[in-house]
Amino acid sequence: MIEVENLSKRYGNTLAVDGVSFTVRPGRVTGFLGPNGAGKSTTMRMILDLDRPTGGRVRIDGRSYRELPDPLRRAGALLEAKALHNRRSAYHHLLWLAQSNRIPKSRVREVLRLAGLEGVAGKRAGRFSLGMTQRLGIAAALLGDPPVLLFDEPVNGLDPEGVLWIRNLLKGLAAEGRTVFVSSHLISEMALTAGHLIVLARGRLLADTSVQEFAESGARPHVRIRTPEPERMRDVLAAEGLPVKQADDGALEVYDTAPERIGQLALAHGLVVSETTLRSASLEEAFMRLTGDSVEYRGGGR
Amino acid sequence: MTVTAILRSEWTKIRTVPSTVWTLLLTFALSVGLGYLLANSMGDSYATASPERRATLDPLFATFYSLTLGQLPLVVFGVLVVGGEYGSGTIRASLLAVPRRGRFYGGKLLAGTALAFPVSVITVLATFFVATSAFGPDAPSLRDEGVPSAVVGACLYLTLICLFAMGVATMLRSPTRSLGILLPLLFLGSQGLGNVPGVKAFTQYLPDQAGMLIMHIVGPQDDPRWARDYGPWTGMGILALWTIAALLGGHLVLRRRDA
Repeated sequence: MIEVENLSKRYGNTLAVDGVSFTVRPGRVTGFLGPNGAGKSTTMRMILDLDRPTGGRVRIDGRSYRELPDPLRRAGALLEAKALHNRRSAYHHLLWLAQSNRIPKSRVREVLRLAGLEGVAGKRAGRFSLGMTQRLGIAAALLGDPPVLLFDEPVNGLDPEGVLWIRNLLKGLAAEGRTVFVSSHLISEMALTAGHLIVLARGRLLADTSVQEFAESGARPHVRIRTPEPERMRDVLAAEGLPVKQADDGALEVYDTAPERIGQLALAHGLVVSETTLRSASLEEAFMRLTGDSVEYRGGGR
Repeated sequence: MTVTAILRSEWTKIRTVPSTVWTLLLTFALSVGLGYLLANSMGDSYATASPERRATLDPLFATFYSLTLGQLPLVVFGVLVVGGEYGSGTIRASLLAVPRRGRFYGGKLLAGTALAFPVSVITVLATFFVATSAFGPDAPSLRDEGVPSAVVGACLYLTLICLFAMGVATMLRSPTRSLGILLPLLFLGSQGLGNVPGVKAFTQYLPDQAGMLIMHIVGPQDDPRWARDYGPWTGMGILALWTIAALLGGHLVLRRRDA
């Protein structure tokens, strides 16, 4: 479990992280979502004691990262920035990490196999592709078999096969009861892996909610209708008490209903309908709405 | 997180990067090789020199002068041990593995010194014996006055200058910036500027100039152009103070700055 309490980070006059509080619970993938520059990486680095917070505190299973004995066995992390020596082999990179936290040598081979890097273990990290570097970073995070894992933009630079691998890995780690905290600026990626979302924009916490609730909060599900007689259709819908809105492209958007009901109404009133589509809640819309609001709020409120 | 675990890990870091290994080998090869050549040619001119001329020549100068060059790869080693972490970005991985800055820094300095010290001792002893045998019959012997302290001083000097480099690299957080300051300081700055009478009052207190006095390689002390305002062990003390200052500065920067 990761507990973040009123965490802040100031760089000069910029408040990169502004009094953020949240809890990342075990047993599920928690997505850390926000546009680039929202303060996600800074927050992760403060959780891991790499950056010193201006205010607030962080607890990983009840202790600050610095106080964890053999921290790699308690928390593993993949950070966005490169952390490899180009001239050192993948095996030796993992070996020094393992030795520092008294992790047995056999575990180095294990994580190399897990990350699909067995064949290139002796190769210098400088010759690795971006995808292989990312896999090595993930191997390093898993080295101590830790109950808490943090991944900063893990799918960056991975090929489709690698992306799939990460998704399954994250879900598998959470299913084993671990705390899995994954940052991303891609909401579509989070929609596929995360069960819970923490949304950050401009250093502020915007949402701490399940993926389902988050999507519903942003855009209500509605039925899109195209008809040659939109005016008459509006009247019919209004008579039924259904909220309706005309979209920019002329289509009608009807809330609180289902396509079947629209079909019945059209038949009853002899209306021609060329399209009825159910539009479910979109995470993208929810995200854009939420982050857009925050920009306005900050612009006007300060 | 025990000290042995940190040391073992730091040792693996050093030995698995070719450049650090090369710098240590080069320290030895340069010091001994150049020591042989210098002592060989100076020994010849010493043998044929008049007694008056002999009085101005110092056989120990010929023995240890090669260390002024041999120290450079050792300084590069010190810079790479710490600065290499910043250059490559492994500093973040290192601090995730050992988040307590003091322990990390201490482990690093200890591992670096555990290599630099024996390499210094072996280099100094090999240089001394190779150079003295190349110098000829008038070579300095360990029984001569000032020679044992020159040998011990040379070992201390190399170890301290390597530690100094590690401290500077921790403060500057970059191998290129550190070498950009240290190499001119050690190679051009004090060697060249030391001869200018006006600035000697200042340059004699630079770390290398102070520490080298004990090895008889800063010039004859009865010549006012070279004479220092302090004795050989005080000079070593001055170098030790520089080293402590650089190490403390590095510690402060490591604690304060974000990784």
